[in-house]
Amino acid sequence: MAKITLSNLRHSYNEAPTGPEDYALKSIDLDWDDGGAYALLGPSGCGKSTLLNIISGLLIPSEGRVLFDDRDVTDLPPDQRNIAQVFQFPVIYDTMTAFDNLAFPLRNRGVDEATVKRRVNEVAEMLELSDMLGNRASGLSPDNKQKISMGRGLVREDVNVVMFDEPLTVIDPHLKWKLRSKLKELHQKVRATMIYVTHDQTEALTFADQVVVMQDGEIVQIGTPVDLFDRPAHTFVGHFIGSPGMNVLACDVRDGRAFLDGEHVALEGPVTGGSEGLTQIGIRPEFVTIGPQGLAATVRKVSDIGRHNVIDLMLGGTRVRAISEGDAPDPGSQVFVSFRQDQTRLYRDGWISTTAGGQGA
Amino acid sequence: MKTVNQKAWFFVLPVMLLVAFNALIPIMTVVNYSVQETFGNNLFFWEGLGWFEKLLNSPRFYSALGRQFFFTFSILAIEVPLGIMIALAMPKKGFWVPVCLVTMALPMLIPWNVVGAMWNIFTLPDIGLLGYFLNSVLGISYDMTQDPVAAWATIIIMDVWHWTSLVVLLSYAGLVSIPDAYYQAAKIDGASNWAVFRFIQLPKMKNVLTIAILLRFMDSFNIYTEPFVLTGGGPGNSTTLLSIDLVKIALGQFDLGPAAAMSLIYFAITLLVSWVFYTLMTKDD
Repeated sequence: MAKITLSNLRHSYNEAPTGPEDYALKSIDLDWDDGGAYALLGPSGCGKSTLLNIISGLLIPSEGRVLFDDRDVTDLPPDQRNIAQVFQFPVIYDTMTAFDNLAFPLRNRGVDEATVKRRVNEVAEMLELSDMLGNRASGLSPDNKQKISMGRGLVREDVNVVMFDEPLTVIDPHLKWKLRSKLKELHQKVRATMIYVTHDQTEALTFADQVVVMQDGEIVQIGTPVDLFDRPAHTFVGHFIGSPGMNVLACDVRDGRAFLDGEHVALEGPVTGGSEGLTQIGIRPEFVTIGPQGLAATVRKVSDIGRHNVIDLMLGGTRVRAISEGDAPDPGSQVFVSFRQDQTRLYRDGWISTTAGGQGA
Repeated sequence: MKTVNQKAWFFVLPVMLLVAFNALIPIMTVVNYSVQETFGNNLFFWEGLGWFEKLLNSPRFYSALGRQFFFTFSILAIEVPLGIMIALAMPKKGFWVPVCLVTMALPMLIPWNVVGAMWNIFTLPDIGLLGYFLNSVLGISYDMTQDPVAAWATIIIMDVWHWTSLVVLLSYAGLVSIPDAYYQAAKIDGASNWAVFRFIQLPKMKNVLTIAILLRFMDSFNIYTEPFVLTGGGPGNSTTLLSIDLVKIALGQFDLGPAAAMSLIYFAITLLVSWVFYTLMTKDD
């Protein structure tokens, strides 16, 4: 087990990158604590798989270093890093039995057969694979195949970090839950550092203690699931996390006060910075309430998604979504909406620009 | 109530006619010949299973069959491993992929009798590039019209030259269909190159290799044109393969009955070997 440090990491798939747009990763500095459960969350193409492959050693970064417990491993091949990786599609060795699949990484490293047997049985026990160890791996169901891929990572006792690259993509929805909680349970048992790459916020938020959100090759925010939900540092995080995502509304700022279509909107705290830049108000649909007073809006559409209604509103020219537990107004009707003040934030050029707590303006 | 009509027959009729004309009737003609004796003038006499009995007791048949199996197993033993090796060595992406693929496909595009004629000239001891080089430059005595060993070496090398590409292209198709994750997982698991071949590449190539071996078996077992043009079955009878012998009996001696019996046995052997092989290879799936 080890602490992993990424320092000044940059990577380009181009031979000769000319500008920042040629970089799949733009300057990453990050510490992964030993034994942590991390999720790497971001849309497809944001560089999260690139980052993962750099940690595992499948890719050598163009610039920067990778340290495991302060030991530089940047140029070491994957098999010398003692890492494990689980891929999107289950990788199993078709012609072997489940047992031989799990034993494969150990046997390749010349571990004696008694230890192999003990470890394989332990891991199979943890993953509930014990009764299929003798079966040919090619005949197993996709979720069991994926468990075997995970098992091959966990079977080595010296593993530094286990990485999961969207491991639940091919798993049936009703088994996803099971495997996800299995993973969480495994992390508590083996206490290895785990990094889970996904573009699915539910997976990231249920698995991880710390979520790293990426966009366009950059880290936008690192925090607990609650942090990311409560105080997104960037409009992207607000939009990407939550269902539906945060409302982002263009506004004017004058004298430290925010105005939406000329109407004053109270913010959570004082505005930092001046009045230049693109300013936007961020408010989650959960904190938009429809009531007797506030800003005038028209109801466009109401979607009943089970637990609550998502109400689509037009506030002047901009679209706002609200979540309401009770009865929903009819589409087309005129209503008033208000924003909960301590949840209303200002973003400047995408980044948060209010300080929480203080007296709102 | 279920409506019953016979319209469907109408739709299968064209296929039935087609199959009848190009397969059933010709085969039945052969079956017909195989149980009769003829002296020309369209006069036929019932012979029963006599031709089959004679054939299965004839040393000439067994030596041709032996040569045939020797030929087929020799070329398979060379072409399959060689084809896999070439496929493994070929680039998986980039500029050289189409170049390699087209180069590989070229020998297969050449008509069989042209291949035979090319190799015939190529190996002539006095003017052929290879023949002259071996005899006059390296001083190795080589003349496939005189020496059975040279003749065998030539037909085997010719077949390898002509058909290894088929194994290469099929194996290559199998190889490129393996997702990168397999190689990456193997790297992380610390697998050796041999283990990658044994546990990833070979299993993933198994299906295409089965097809490649089947095709190469059937084609080489029935081969006629190339050895006929190259050696004509000689020197002596040393390269007289089954098909060459069959044509000698059927068209040279005009013994239609024995030739028909031999065709049927020949066909049965090809079918039996293919079936056994295919069944063995696919029994796990």
